[in-house]
Amino acid sequence: MANFSKSTVPQFSVEVYQNEYLPEGGREVNAIVTVSSTGGGTIGSATAAPHLYSAGRAPDAAVAIMVDCSGSMDYPPTKMRNARDATAAAIDTLRDGVHFAVIGGTHVAKEVYPGGGRLAVADAATRDQAKQALRRLSAGGGTAIGTWLRLADRLLSSADVAIRHGILLTDGRNEHESPEDLKAALDTCAGRFTCDARGVGTDWEVSEVTGIASALLGTADIVADPAGLAEDFTQMMETAMGKEVADVSLRLWTPMGAEIKFVKQVAPTVEELTDRRTEAGPRAGDYPTGSWGDESRDYHVCVEVPAAGIGQEMLAARVSLVIPQGAGDSAQTLSQGLVRAVWTDDMAASTSINAQVAHYTGQAELAQVIQQGLDARKAGDVDGATAKLGRAVQLASASGNADTAKLLAKVVDVVDAATGTVRLKAKVEEADEMTLETRSTKTVRVKKS
Amino acid sequence: MTPQMHQLAAGATCPSCEEPLESGDRFCGACGYDLSALTAPEDHPTIAMNGAEPAQSPAPSVDWPTAPEVDSSDTPVPVHLPTDLRGIESGGRAPSRDVLPQGLQGLGGAPIGGVPASQEPSGQSGPPGSSARPGAAGSASADGDYTLAAPDPAGDDDPGNAPTDPRTVPPGELSAPEADTKRCVACRTGRVDQDGYCEHCGHAQPRERDHMEQELGAVAAVSDRGLRHHRNEDAFAVSSTALPDGSLAVVAVVCDGVSSATRPDEASLAASRAANESLLESLPRGAHPQQAMHEAIIAASDAVNSLAEEQTSPQEHAPHHQNAPACTLVGAIVAGGLLVVGWVGDSRAYWVPADRTAPAARLTEDDSWAAQMVAAGLMSEAEAYADERAHAITGWLGADAYELEPHTASFKPDRPGVVVVCTDGLWNYAEAAEEMAEAIPADAGERPLRSAQVLVGHALDGGGHDNVTVAVLPFPAPPQGAGSA
Repeated sequence: MANFSKSTVPQFSVEVYQNEYLPEGGREVNAIVTVSSTGGGTIGSATAAPHLYSAGRAPDAAVAIMVDCSGSMDYPPTKMRNARDATAAAIDTLRDGVHFAVIGGTHVAKEVYPGGGRLAVADAATRDQAKQALRRLSAGGGTAIGTWLRLADRLLSSADVAIRHGILLTDGRNEHESPEDLKAALDTCAGRFTCDARGVGTDWEVSEVTGIASALLGTADIVADPAGLAEDFTQMMETAMGKEVADVSLRLWTPMGAEIKFVKQVAPTVEELTDRRTEAGPRAGDYPTGSWGDESRDYHVCVEVPAAGIGQEMLAARVSLVIPQGAGDSAQTLSQGLVRAVWTDDMAASTSINAQVAHYTGQAELAQVIQQGLDARKAGDVDGATAKLGRAVQLASASGNADTAKLLAKVVDVVDAATGTVRLKAKVEEADEMTLETRSTKTVRVKKS
Repeated sequence: MTPQMHQLAAGATCPSCEEPLESGDRFCGACGYDLSALTAPEDHPTIAMNGAEPAQSPAPSVDWPTAPEVDSSDTPVPVHLPTDLRGIESGGRAPSRDVLPQGLQGLGGAPIGGVPASQEPSGQSGPPGSSARPGAAGSASADGDYTLAAPDPAGDDDPGNAPTDPRTVPPGELSAPEADTKRCVACRTGRVDQDGYCEHCGHAQPRERDHMEQELGAVAAVSDRGLRHHRNEDAFAVSSTALPDGSLAVVAVVCDGVSSATRPDEASLAASRAANESLLESLPRGAHPQQAMHEAIIAASDAVNSLAEEQTSPQEHAPHHQNAPACTLVGAIVAGGLLVVGWVGDSRAYWVPADRTAPAARLTEDDSWAAQMVAAGLMSEAEAYADERAHAITGWLGADAYELEPHTASFKPDRPGVVVVCTDGLWNYAEAAEEMAEAIPADAGERPLRSAQVLVGHALDGGGHDNVTVAVLPFPAPPQGAGSA
């Protein structure tokens, strides 16, 4: 298939954007760390990552597609039909050699294809058989997403592959198991496979879908119109097929006496990572980033270091991309960057804020005020909602986040974007509100000046 | 070629924090000061010079005997004012301290100063000064009291004519010490990683450029990061070479990186090395020292300009530093009875006679806002230097310099003394020539390294707000083989 020659060893690069200058007594160091990974077709094996498939071989990956088959999928019937078509499109996108399975989800999880607790290996025949099997998908029953995830985990772990990925489609609330059950399932699956989650229609819970994607380091989105499913599934599968290295961690070393205020991914979406640290040796901890293809992500690291005198310089953090090797911790470092602190009495230097830091601080606030504004709106707090969503409009406009600005304009009437003056719309399409909420964490990068 | 190292003696204290040191210490246990290049304790840079200095302050009014050999033609040798240098606005002022004292004869006022780099005169072998200032300084030098214009090509290759040690030791062969053996100087717990930070407390370790010393027989230089800056953006180069007639030529170049530009440390290093290399190439083949100095400044400028074309390290981005790398330069050559200085920016050269009853003098005129204001007669010196713009420089080496104006000047001192070549990190604490003369030890001519250390200590005692770099060149150059060792 097409992308076979696409190669072998991705190259990771780390770039650090910061203002390292602190005033006398200053302690807080902020930095934006841009991590880029490029599949190294011609670059060679500078980084011999063990998880990678070698040149000329099929991609070393397994994918499970989880399709909601609960009774609500038949209302309207187009929903089930579109889900079937979308799954078929996704299967068509599977590269030869990829292990895969289709799971039908209700209050229990059923193997739709190939069955028998196995994974199929993609080729023309199995793709065809899988699509035949999709015809048997019918709606009926409840929704217990935790069971789907556990089955996916079981199937995916049966293959000795590097990349394990799930695609989950739901149209309703997780009504037939407790939130604790779902949480337990997510905890079990976290780090074992990555998963994209999609909500179709408007009867699902945004926080459930985004929670799944967040826990399993995938993307979340709404597909309000079931007709758009096929395209979305194809795209998700293409992205999954592009992954080349799994289980990459962001390792943060900080000096003695330093405190990590937060670590979050800030592009392409805001994802809080602070609490997901696992210790990795003296003063170092790993934050999961999942699997990587050709892509670039930005992280905001905020560290509080012990103050030092004017003229002193300190390494505030060493940021590296590593592949932990399990026991013994002979982690393999893919790339690294340094976050520094330099104390100066030059006020001009110490008071300026790095443009990247300022930008992503704004983007993180944007995601936060959208959530707060929508929560206030649901609670009937018109003033609170107006203030928060007004601020969101202002931030989106100032940072050039046009997509989010457009979504906001469907929920509020913008009087003046520059000052954040808005009025709540009297009537808002549910799909528009859910789209805004689901996509509130999407960020844009700093405009090139 | 490394800076001279001396074993620390018992009873020594850290020059930075006064912490008692033990013999064998490489760094101060309390503050991390790099002790590796320190000399014996009596050379402690922070020792105040007050006691060592002659109590009588310099007396500018003392009448000196006229130098006998100054002008064979008996024509009065014109007094050379720094303000006469071309390329500097002349406002007709003549502050008394700028008048060169007797005994330090100015020979040629920057004959090629002010010529843009692109119009660099090529291959002038004649004596300087004859073209640019015919009325003033030209007659003096045209008399041929400096006769380097007859180079003897054979002399270049004649080892017998070479000075005992015509070598070049560029500073800062920045090889990091063995990482796995170093302990952090700040916490004394962690090891030092490959990037020069402690693996335990994260503190940056002293870098080689934080404190550099170098001594050749006839010149010494010391550079220090100071107390308020996180890195040393100054650089120097000292060297000696042989003129075609076999006599010694001593060179010192000092550069101060412009902090508001990117990579100032690289700029100063590149400029000092390029100027030094240029002089080591041109002096032995017989170029007039003043012409050689002019060319050296242009070579330094080219070196700094070429830095602007290089990419910044991809690992770090400091968007508030967008300017092209830039630095100042001041250089001095002692050769054949001449003293030649050249400069761009606000780094300075001073003349301090060995006989401290004779007046000292500043030999350079800053390319600075304050100097321009005073020169233009727009402000008094006090007003100009009180202004916050006072130290803004108006000339520098770097790709974004408007027009390169190398200033050069030649002098023919009639008595022994030393030339102090320094960055503003020193002269901020000894601005007037008399202050500089007071700060430098009386035996500067015999012990240039110690004198440079004392001057750096003077700046650190004063607050060390900037990087401090100073080179000390005895005049005349000591006889060959008679180094300070």
